[in-house]
Amino acid sequence: MAETIFDPNIIKDQNLVYKRTDHMKEKALSYCPGCGHGTAHRILMEVIEEMGIQEKTIGVSPVGCSVLAYDFMNVDMQGAAHGRAPALATAIKRLMPDKFVFTYQGDGDLAAIGTAETIHACNRGEHITIIFINNGIYGMTGGQMAPTTLPGMRSSTSPYGRDEATMGHPLRMTELVATLPGTCFVTRQAVHTPGNVRKAKRALRTAFELQTRKIGVSFVEIVSNCNSGWKMTPVKANTWMEENMFPYYPLGDIKVPEKID
Amino acid sequence: MKELRLMKGNEAIAEAAIRCGCDAYFGYPITPQSEILEYLMVEKPHERTGMVVLQAESEVASINMVYAGAGCGRKVMTSSSSPGVSLMQEGLSYCAGAELPCLLVNVVRGGPGLGTIQPSQADYFQSTKGGGHGDYRLIVLAPSSVQEMCDFVGLGFDLAFKYRNPALILTDGAIGQMMEKVMLPASVNRWTEEEIKQQTPWATTGKPADRPANVITSLELDSAKQEKVNQKLQAKYAEMEKNEVRFERIQCDDAEYLFVAFGTSARICQKSIDLARAKGIKVGLLRPITLFPFPKDEIEKLAGQVKGMLSVEMNAGQMVEDIRLNAKGKCPVEHYGRFGGIMPSPDEVLKVLEQKFIGG
Repeated sequence: MAETIFDPNIIKDQNLVYKRTDHMKEKALSYCPGCGHGTAHRILMEVIEEMGIQEKTIGVSPVGCSVLAYDFMNVDMQGAAHGRAPALATAIKRLMPDKFVFTYQGDGDLAAIGTAETIHACNRGEHITIIFINNGIYGMTGGQMAPTTLPGMRSSTSPYGRDEATMGHPLRMTELVATLPGTCFVTRQAVHTPGNVRKAKRALRTAFELQTRKIGVSFVEIVSNCNSGWKMTPVKANTWMEENMFPYYPLGDIKVPEKID
Repeated sequence: MKELRLMKGNEAIAEAAIRCGCDAYFGYPITPQSEILEYLMVEKPHERTGMVVLQAESEVASINMVYAGAGCGRKVMTSSSSPGVSLMQEGLSYCAGAELPCLLVNVVRGGPGLGTIQPSQADYFQSTKGGGHGDYRLIVLAPSSVQEMCDFVGLGFDLAFKYRNPALILTDGAIGQMMEKVMLPASVNRWTEEEIKQQTPWATTGKPADRPANVITSLELDSAKQEKVNQKLQAKYAEMEKNEVRFERIQCDDAEYLFVAFGTSARICQKSIDLARAKGIKVGLLRPITLFPFPKDEIEKLAGQVKGMLSVEMNAGQMVEDIRLNAKGKCPVEHYGRFGGIMPSPDEVLKVLEQKFIGG
């Protein structure tokens, strides 16, 4: 029988190898255990910390599960009405062109009610970063169908599965905005494995760095899970995401800007 | 420096915005107010003062850009006409809830629906009673001349920042489109970064190490706290009612009958007064300039003096409810209105006064 190897005495400052960035506020996250939002928040704030731009960053939070993002992210933030975050970010950046401005939005916010604001901010080529968390469902309101819900996927408003004939097709917003000349960097990432977390963080770093080149919107989609809404364990949700979400929403860069030396 | 010009009401609004240190205008074309955006695009205020002008994809986007600009402590505004202002109501409610100072201009046209592009005052209820969801008020200024269109831009911003509340200039297609001489104010500088930080320490200007992060939101999920938020807002509206009531009395001192009218209707009534007095009928006019806060006390005072009040509005009877409420039964209060873009004539208004109160 295995002995317990946990020794409470090892919890000491000098043994810490991975600390909470102080760019995350000292507040417990309100997300469900297993949800990808916490990881996405953390790597975003780590990027801001590593770039040393806390004082120069303004964030915009959405309506949805991450409506309280400003309770966790330790930068100046504005809470947008549902879907309007890119309009807010547009005004903030136009008025303060030397600031780093980002929106953090879910799929209902960005790809349903906020489609117009998303497309037009991208089309104007605003020098902002849009972070798009896509979990294929409305999490906060209790698991309703989203514009990105997969064909046949069950939700509380597609209880027999999404019927494309009557409910439309899952919307690939990321591919759509990549066609617009106003976007400079468009990528799709995930945060469910350590390797993916590292890649997603690099993508966020690139997205923020590009704001200084003033060549348009940098758009980072993060395909994520919703174990509560999908009614799965966190582990099963991640496996299901790999098997079902990734084929429809393939990971990787869709549009990258020309390198400058 | 000051300058006398012949201008359309809409153009006067735009020029006044540049001169009063406005930081940004976000708008979407709609008749009869598109000259505001057009004038600004021609004038290139970015070169004159650094002011940002942006044509948004919709009125919904415009008002949310205003929300964000105000959240950064900037003087920002938008303008539209009735259907567009209906689209902005959600955003306005958010601005009121987040206590954001900003300026909106509604150059009203006839409704409901797509209605007509001719002048109307049918958005009185929407403007003065809230408009969007939740318990909130806008500061509502009602100009009746091109000069006041100009003057109320600066006044609107001053009041908006004094109370951290959205202000609305409620005008109509007639005043927006007509040309009059206007004395433009001398230009004042836009606030500097330092001034913005001093004047609006709550704004999202970027978190320095020595203060907690600023957050602009109207969300408070704890009902006990949300009730306190509402109480604070109501206390603020009470302060406005105490300090900011504005009105004009025209020939009220000896008046036996009274017109109550704002904006274009008030101009028509002034002519009706001349016609009435030529016939020996002593009529005056109370012109509310602030529709919220409403001149409640002045209405009550005059109700004790005159034999009757006639509310003349280009709608089916909206302000008349506030007049009746505040006349407190001290005199009869009647309404006369034309709608759908029709303006009453001075003769017509006088005839209604005579029919309703004097007989004949």
